Amino acid sequence: MEELPPDDVLVARLRDGDDKTFALVLDRWSGGLLRLARSFVSTEASAAEVVQETWVAVIEGLDRFEGRSSLKTWVYRILTNTAKRRGLREHRVVPMSSVDDSGPTVDPSRFRPAGDPFPGHWWDFPPLWPTPEQGMLRHEVQAQLRTALGELPERQRLVITLRDVEGYGSEEVCALLDITAANQRVLLHRARAFVRGKLEEYYTQEANR
Amino acid sequence: MNDLDCREFVEQVTAFLEHALDPEAEQRLVDHLALCDGCERYLDQVRRSVTDLRDLPADALPDETRAALLEAFRARTE
Ligand SMILES: [Zn+2]
Repeated sequence: MEELPPDDVLVARLRDGDDKTFALVLDRWSGGLLRLARSFVSTEASAAEVVQETWVAVIEGLDRFEGRSSLKTWVYRILTNTAKRRGLREHRVVPMSSVDDSGPTVDPSRFRPAGDPFPGHWWDFPPLWPTPEQGMLRHEVQAQLRTALGELPERQRLVITLRDVEGYGSEEVCALLDITAANQRVLLHRARAFVRGKLEEYYTQEANR
Repeated sequence: MNDLDCREFVEQVTAFLEHALDPEAEQRLVDHLALCDGCERYLDQVRRSVTDLRDLPADALPDETRAALLEAFRARTE
């Protein structure tokens, strides 16, 4: 993928009204924005509206952008604020402050019990996954991943979407969602364990077909 | 003797990948990995899940929305 120009160039072009540059960032960032919006609101249509509203706010606010964060982060912040307002209206409050996710992330029955000569160790190792070249259809795996993300509790979905799908660093995510590093890590950990478990289920089913 | 078991290992995978463990705790995980093929595989699978998530193709905006936004952008400078 073609590199976007550095922020100062990007912002200058956008302020000059260069619509090619606007189309470039619009196409490059909207997918991520849609996914992020989807974590806050209840329908695809609603998410698309949030993204639209966000871009309108970006267009209107361009002259106020101060460059204290990256342009992309600024756009993402506008989106989260817009989406949170919308989510509230839809009565889908996403509580970000408390960690109620507890308990083990891997089924305890996968491990040997106390009294066994090797307590706490795997009964059976996690089953091997096929290498991507072994014919597992890429879009099948991607469909599994999308489904798994959709099944996650909201806070976990937000964190894993930002961290792993969008590639944000942990500090950015903590700032964006206003959570502590420890809280962020717990949510990410649970979400990743869930996604890995879903892929394991899928690969095991495929192997037994 | 390494006292970390697999059940504990799997709960520390993210902290390990984030380099959020203190050196001693990290060493215990590294030592466990050297001994335990099951946990090595588990860790690889978490890594692979993360990579696969990173490769998820993004959805696109509906065409009309995209067109309306380009229109709004052009209107801004007029
Ligand atoms: Zn182990």
